[in-house]
Amino acid sequence: MMKSRTAALPYVVWMVIFIVVPMALVVFFSFTDRSGHFTLENIVNVGKYSTVFLRSIWLGALATVICLLLGYPMAYIISRAAGARQSVMIMLIMLPMWMNFLLRTYAWMTLLENNGLINRLLGAIGLEPLQLINTQGAVVLGMVYNFLPFMILPLYSVMAKMDSRVIEAAQDLGANGFKVFYRVILPLSVPGIITGITMVFVPAVSTFIISKMLGGGANLLIGDLIDMQFLGNSYNPNLGSAISLVLMVLILICMGIMNQFDDGENTGGMMI
Amino acid sequence: MEKQSIISLQNIAVSFDGDVVLRDLNLSIQDGEFVTLLGPSGCGKTTTLRVIGGFVTPDSGDVFFNGKRINDLPPYKRNVNTIFQKYALFPHLNVYENVAFGMRVHKKKEAEIRERVQEMLKMVNLSGFDKRKVDSLSGGQQQRVAIARALANHPKVLLLDEPLGALDLKLRKDMQAELKNIQQQTGITFIFVTHDQEEALSMSDTVVVMDKGQIQQIGTPQDIYNEPKNAFVADFIGESNIVDGVMHANYLVEFAGRKFDCLDYGFEKMEPVDVVIRPEDIKVVPPMQGHISGEVTSVTFKGVHYEIIVDVEGFKWMIQSTESQRPGDVIGMILDPDDIHIMKKSEYSSEVGDYSAFSDEIYEEVHQEEQAGGEA
Amino acid sequence: MKAISKVYTWIIFIFLYAPIVVLMVFSFNDSKSRVVWNGFTLSWYERLFQNEEILNALTNTLIIAVITAVCATILGTAAAIGIRGMNKWVKRVVMNLTNLPMVNPEIVTGVSMLLLFVFLHDRLGILKPGMATLIIAHITFCLPYVVLNVMPKLRQMDPHLYEAAQDLGCHPVPAFFKVVLPEIMPGIVTGMIMAFTLSIDDFVISYFTGGTTQTLPVAIYSMTRKIVSPEINALSTILFGAVMILLIIINLRQIRDQKRQKANRKGVAKA
Repeated sequence: MMKSRTAALPYVVWMVIFIVVPMALVVFFSFTDRSGHFTLENIVNVGKYSTVFLRSIWLGALATVICLLLGYPMAYIISRAAGARQSVMIMLIMLPMWMNFLLRTYAWMTLLENNGLINRLLGAIGLEPLQLINTQGAVVLGMVYNFLPFMILPLYSVMAKMDSRVIEAAQDLGANGFKVFYRVILPLSVPGIITGITMVFVPAVSTFIISKMLGGGANLLIGDLIDMQFLGNSYNPNLGSAISLVLMVLILICMGIMNQFDDGENTGGMMI
Repeated sequence: MEKQSIISLQNIAVSFDGDVVLRDLNLSIQDGEFVTLLGPSGCGKTTTLRVIGGFVTPDSGDVFFNGKRINDLPPYKRNVNTIFQKYALFPHLNVYENVAFGMRVHKKKEAEIRERVQEMLKMVNLSGFDKRKVDSLSGGQQQRVAIARALANHPKVLLLDEPLGALDLKLRKDMQAELKNIQQQTGITFIFVTHDQEEALSMSDTVVVMDKGQIQQIGTPQDIYNEPKNAFVADFIGESNIVDGVMHANYLVEFAGRKFDCLDYGFEKMEPVDVVIRPEDIKVVPPMQGHISGEVTSVTFKGVHYEIIVDVEGFKWMIQSTESQRPGDVIGMILDPDDIHIMKKSEYSSEVGDYSAFSDEIYEEVHQEEQAGGEA
Repeated sequence: MKAISKVYTWIIFIFLYAPIVVLMVFSFNDSKSRVVWNGFTLSWYERLFQNEEILNALTNTLIIAVITAVCATILGTAAAIGIRGMNKWVKRVVMNLTNLPMVNPEIVTGVSMLLLFVFLHDRLGILKPGMATLIIAHITFCLPYVVLNVMPKLRQMDPHLYEAAQDLGCHPVPAFFKVVLPEIMPGIVTGMIMAFTLSIDDFVISYFTGGTTQTLPVAIYSMTRKIVSPEINALSTILFGAVMILLIIINLRQIRDQKRQKANRKGVAKA
């Protein structure tokens, strides 16, 4: 198979043209003005939107933490279930993921509306209707709902590989329930936590649909900002590229920090 | 010019990423021979086989098949078939289709294929296994399918790359006999790679001992065992006491503090040499009657014989004897001229020592740890 | 403890499925209301199948998904084989290239490709954003998934199989198709199914690279921006049903494979 390397040539050429060159274009547009001259104006202008950046990071981080808190026990319960049950449960976790996320978000829209199902139910038991939609809470809820499976799956795949005898050994050595969790299960699941956080945080921080559908106009996120520069009202691909570039760098930094906690081994893994 | 050989390697050199794997290797193999390439892992024996099979192109040197240079002939055009390590059976095909693979490639007629497959399966005692999936077979059965598949093509030469390595000891012995049997029946040249010296000695017409990418010795199993060419061969094949000596004259060698008659000649006067004495050749006698004497330091029962370690002025000798000795006793040892084998000094001379580090106790401990480790 | 985990599991599953169930239930509601049940009807499904825009988008989506799956599978499988033969350094570069679109936020991949396509169209006059750019974009983001599904299968394969076929007289090219391909087929099929579903499901990248051509998710998006009609609910129900059937097929395949492996191992143990 010495000459098989050439088989990868079309792929490499393809990826260079359609991944590397576009990325280079993003960088190029970020540092040029409309007439193609070098400028730092776009990057400086990104600073004007720091509230949007902070909001995106804050909401994305909040959603990630909630996903972790909700997903961790779920993943653990699944990983300790009997074999056949395990695969059914995992399939049930994955199933909603395969429904288009626009439709999933739309489903929440109909539930959270001012005269939506939830407020009708509240009224039925004699409570005042709440302002649910077009709030930051609704945006976070939408993120959690859409990305929770991304947290559970990597956590599960790490926990499923965990040898139950390790836990028994810890108990045998005198550790109580909390200590077993804190000293054994938690450290062993760190790679899954890291993969999960990455898989939730990256799409959450860069989303532009959830905020549009559930957040109303008032809760702009980075994604909406980028969308507006390219396909929206304030057409300005140079600024849009600069925002994209800053977003990319931001995520790279976050992932770099996360990877500090990982001991380099790539667990977690992909699944369908 | 001698009789033409079926395979001939001339000045073969191979290196991978700058690591020299084979250097200036010359080997010719006669038609119908059972040749074994023997050596420790990394000695280049598998690479030699792959050069013959066509999977490795030598950096320099020539490969001849029946006198024709085949350096540039791709594997699929060579009249040579291989039995790979772990067999490389096609998992998606059943036993019948595995054996038929080569003939289908060569567009043989269906009737001919059927007949040949049955013939092959019968030869390896797998008649009736046609429809079985190969991964439902035991290791030994898979081995037989691999043999049948390789021989179905009527190869002139069969290459076997550690084919018995994955089998347990009992099955291994059976397959050794069976392979030898098949080789004699078919008359096909077998080139067999192994690191197991016992396997090599019991099966082969010719043994090629290799180390560090070079051939150390070529000979019959008896030659290799009785007349090792250097300390590496002596040490690798069986147990040997290798001591420093000096040739005083033809048929006269000095070692262990005295002169011995021997059968070897042709050395320089006062040339330093390695002297090999096999442990089973040493006769034990009362202290005063022996050529040399020493103190027994340990005795281990091995089933067929006792393994006795004797300290002779600081050098630990090994003796294999059917009679036990008591540790602490002083015994005499007799070395007859035909028990003594003289070798020229080589790069290996300094690497081989006496049996002082040899201890069954240590071996036991290490072995137990390995087992414990395996279970955890 | 057991009771708590049972309750917790139920809560999570209710959280995951309640919105979907509500959505599906109201696709059969004989009213535009998304709150009050007015009786059963299939009229929204009828309306859906008369909706030009949706049907067009569906056709586009299916055409794109099929072409994407086929192209990405061929390119990606060849790539996986090629990558195996590379030396360490080149391999690392190529694998980073493969991982890039997977770690990059989708929106950045989307706008970067938009920039390329606009550039190509404005400066070179080729590739007007539309069907062709959609297909290219989809192939691009699906490729890594095919590569990453085929590579482990190649790694698991006995490296001598390919040599064994040649040893028995097979020319290298047919040897690949006769021996290597059947071995890595499960990885190829999984990669292909993934490429197909990812392509159907994609919104963000299609949104940026499609120009005026709409895929189904893009059409859904524009529907949710306009007046809201239970046709969307009907569409969701159909799509959900289709995905469920597909997933069941995949899972059955996996279970079958596992069973076969187990049976084989048993067979070996017995013999």
